[in-house]
Amino acid sequence: MQSQDNERDEAGLIAEVLAGKTDAFHDLVRPYERSVYLMALSMLRNEAEAEDVAQEAFIKAYRNLGRFRSEARFSTWLIAIALNEARARLRRKEPALTDSIDDQDGSVVPAQLTDWREIPSESLERAEIRSLIRRALESLPLAYREVFVLRELEQRNVKETAETLGITSASVKMRLHRARIMLQKQLAPQLASTSPLKRGRRFPWF
Amino acid sequence: MVLNCRHVWEYISGYLDNTLDEQTRIDVERHLEHCEICSAILDSTRNILILTADDRVFELPVGYSERLHARLKEAILESPPPKLESS
Repeated sequence: MQSQDNERDEAGLIAEVLAGKTDAFHDLVRPYERSVYLMALSMLRNEAEAEDVAQEAFIKAYRNLGRFRSEARFSTWLIAIALNEARARLRRKEPALTDSIDDQDGSVVPAQLTDWREIPSESLERAEIRSLIRRALESLPLAYREVFVLRELEQRNVKETAETLGITSASVKMRLHRARIMLQKQLAPQLASTSPLKRGRRFPWF
Repeated sequence: MVLNCRHVWEYISGYLDNTLDEQTRIDVERHLEHCEICSAILDSTRNILILTADDRVFELPVGYSERLHARLKEAILESPPPKLESS
């Protein structure tokens, strides 16, 4: 999280850019290079496209800086621009993709398996599991994926996530919950079969 | 209140984020103590979040920052300087 000082610096840098000292924009965005790229990569899962989207997002932020209002956090505003760029790109790639979901609709049921309870310590196995998680994340409905990425990867709090997406905090919590359970449901069976703990943890009723 | 498994599943996310009220948290914990399935669901969900967090510390592509700032420099030269717009 940013300190007060950081926020003051940012306001100063934004004012400089708007006053015509346009090079200050480079310094303004430097701290966010990683999170904008990470957001784009989590959505698109393709490095070249993520880099392209990140560049477009920063350029768009520059061109629209005059519309930025200081009551919002600059980072939230910037991430929202990156998210919109990534969404637009995804829609071009997958025109059938939809983000209309009903937050009130039913509940998500987790996978009821008892044999994946510990995190593997071997880095190779962790890397394999991470790639399974990435693939599972890709299969989530867009609206859930966005919330999961903002909360778990970008580490935005509930309020910032709600502002970025233009939804309520209650929706953020609901979508995050469903995203987590959907991932559990999809991943637990795959991971159980790779788990070295499997043999010791068999229960006769499964 | 005695919770059944389905109730507990609805609270898993809140439990992991520590946002449940005191009484609900106690009820969930009481259920988890004797329910092997729900405690396994909780563990596996937590594992997914921990492993997801590993992805935060990845390397950016080589030259990403340089390419980004070069592209920005061009865009700044090409575009009119942004001006404060009244809302």
